[in-house]
Amino acid sequence: MTKKTKLLLGGGVIVMALAYLINSGIREASVYYITPSELKAKGGAVSDRSLRLGGMVVPGSLHWEPQTLKLTFRLTDGKEEVAVEHTGSPPDLFKEGAGAVVEGKCTADGPFQSSMIMAKHSEEYSPPKEGGAPAEHIHRTFMKPQRTQ
Amino acid sequence: MIATLGRFSIWFALAIAVYGVCVSILGIRRHRPALIESAQGAIVSIFGLSSFAVLLMEAGLVGHDFSLEYVARNASLDTPVFYTIIALWGALEGSILLWIWLLGLMSVLAVMIESKRQRELMPYVTVVLLCISAFFLFLAAFPASPFTTISPVPPDGRGPNPLLQNHPLMAVHPPGLYAGYVGWAIPYAFGMAALISGRLGETWIRTVRRWSLVAWGFLTIGIIVGGRWSYEVLGWGGYWAWDPVENASLLPWLTGTAFLHTIMIQERRKMLKFWNVALVIITFALTIFGTFLTRSGILSSVHAFSDSGVGPLFLGFIGVVLFLSFSLLVYRSDKLQAEGDLDSLVSRESAFLVNNLLLLGFAFSVLLGTLFPLLSEAVRGVKVSVGEPFFNTVNVPIGLSLIFLMAIGPLIAWQHASIESLRRTFAGPLCLSIMGTGICWFFGVRGLYPLLAFGLSLFTVITVCQEFVNGARTRRRKTGEGYLTALSKLTSRGRRRYGGLIVHLGVAFLVIGITASSVFKLEQEVTLKPGESLQLGRYQVRFDDLSAWQEPHRFVVQGNFTIFNSNHKVAEMRPAKRFYPTEQQPIGTVDVRSTMREDLYLVLSSFAKDGTSATVKALVRPLMMWIWVGGWIMILGSLIAIWPDRRRALAADSVEEYVAWQPGRS
Repeated sequence: MTKKTKLLLGGGVIVMALAYLINSGIREASVYYITPSELKAKGGAVSDRSLRLGGMVVPGSLHWEPQTLKLTFRLTDGKEEVAVEHTGSPPDLFKEGAGAVVEGKCTADGPFQSSMIMAKHSEEYSPPKEGGAPAEHIHRTFMKPQRTQ
Repeated sequence: MIATLGRFSIWFALAIAVYGVCVSILGIRRHRPALIESAQGAIVSIFGLSSFAVLLMEAGLVGHDFSLEYVARNASLDTPVFYTIIALWGALEGSILLWIWLLGLMSVLAVMIESKRQRELMPYVTVVLLCISAFFLFLAAFPASPFTTISPVPPDGRGPNPLLQNHPLMAVHPPGLYAGYVGWAIPYAFGMAALISGRLGETWIRTVRRWSLVAWGFLTIGIIVGGRWSYEVLGWGGYWAWDPVENASLLPWLTGTAFLHTIMIQERRKMLKFWNVALVIITFALTIFGTFLTRSGILSSVHAFSDSGVGPLFLGFIGVVLFLSFSLLVYRSDKLQAEGDLDSLVSRESAFLVNNLLLLGFAFSVLLGTLFPLLSEAVRGVKVSVGEPFFNTVNVPIGLSLIFLMAIGPLIAWQHASIESLRRTFAGPLCLSIMGTGICWFFGVRGLYPLLAFGLSLFTVITVCQEFVNGARTRRRKTGEGYLTALSKLTSRGRRRYGGLIVHLGVAFLVIGITASSVFKLEQEVTLKPGESLQLGRYQVRFDDLSAWQEPHRFVVQGNFTIFNSNHKVAEMRPAKRFYPTEQQPIGTVDVRSTMREDLYLVLSSFAKDGTSATVKALVRPLMMWIWVGGWIMILGSLIAIWPDRRRALAADSVEEYVAWQPGRS
């Protein structure tokens, strides 16, 4: 075997290993976005996959128990509502009537178990004209993962 | 007044940049050195005008000239002067102004330092730098003008984003990052000059080595300080979230690191010429891509400002840069044949080759992960994102292999390393680091990756120390100097090599810090009444009470906590929430107690308005400080490697390169 073949072979092995890593990484870590209607349409098709569920926090549905840190609320896309359960304090931008994306898993017949909440800026709120950018910026900040145990 | 002068200086600078481009192309074509000198004068004038524009903007900010839209948005009467000054890079328009100024500064330095020695390349370098300046000046003149006025003039401004006036590191993070981005323009310009002129020998490589190190050093500062800022301000207990904009700064760092290594091979062995030019092009394009991601808002991120319309322009610029550069590269490919050959698979060259493959693989996976939501939506029509788990799955093994190479690469001989020499160099460190790994296991470290991370970092530390000790010993035997003198003389005689080794040492510290602080992280969130406490690791955190007060530009609610370590009071900590009148929501302020052993991190997540309870999140992150220490060691190492060595550099260059300047010859 010449040096060049050996070199190409070595490089090839490394590239294949990288490709394998990337492929398995994508398969393990991809998270699908889903709306409450899509979730309901699937009719409780529970899977082990993590999902991201996006919607608006239904006014009046938000309850937080400081002692147990149990946070419950419902997310809606205007047509369907999904109950969500989360452990941890609500992120700063999270409130009723505002948009939120939660990441977690769908349980058999209980609520959607969220492990991460990403609060979205309220759709109704329009920041002062000359200050659009910074307010937007803050909202993005709180999209930083707020993971619970 | 400020607005008129500012706009005028930007437009004038843009006109000069266009003039400079025309005149230098003409000078090259017609072989007229006078025209080339005029173009270099253009570079100096652009720097002068952009400095003037920056000063005007600062005058507007500090003088509260709210007739300027930028000042009205980013300064206010209540903002402290320090944060008013650094509001220059608080938003898009000011950042572009800073970009232009830094590019001007780097260009002037490049012209001043290199034009005597690089007469052949300099005319082309000038053209390329002027083109880049022209693009950014165009942005500042039209779509993102920092000197737009508003009327009626508001009585007060909004003030900078609260997150940007919460921590002094904001004075370092953006300028460091921008200097790192801008710095890559110089190696790129030299690479392009070599391609256009066809002078693709080792001259440009030798010249850009130091410039690349400067850019790399700044990028390192920007990234590390950014992580520190994120850790101390954002209140989620981490420092890196694989956020699109963080990734964007990592990409040129990775390809730039690859470039810094392979140019050594070209210098020594005249190989990889094509590869090096390609790498410098990719790195430069990635710096523009980073600016684009930060400013376009196509991916949601902490850093994304509102959509500003400059996104498509950036994308167009990247497209033009890549198309022109790679066309030239292909056109010149016959001149880019390797003169040397790889002698053995066990050699420093092959270690560098593998390092390059891995670094590029790392960069590719980061790019893919960052753009995945866009790609999957475009290709399959479903929105799929890959988060932190993806980056960890892919990059941890790559990172570990890189640390292994980092330990052995600098110590393997060029061309061919014999088994005997490998045994002599590595047997000791290998035994010691295996023992060290065993000790880690004994103390409760489990899992393949953490053990490998500790073991390999230890291996790196030991090989680097061994290299210093052996070098100093040899020198001491020859010269009879003391150990310390021998060590410092050794370092100053071989700055590039020993500076590089110190950088490797810093990386090892960094990896140890990252591993320990993430694997052994403790976290707890509870609601406490005054007098109650939580137990986390060695610490007992007692909630005493809440206090609140009004400051000129904000309202503060603070939680007072007393920290005990086995019934022994060690500290008082005060995480807070700050309420800014211009923002809907409060900004949390964390309190961190750092020691070399571990960090205790407190966040006030929530509180009862009557002060009867507070919800607190506490984290213990072991060896967290090692990350920052490692970062500073890396920067120290690059400073040592960059430090000019005037006497020798001039002597070496002048023999080979002081050829009479003949423009247009290729």
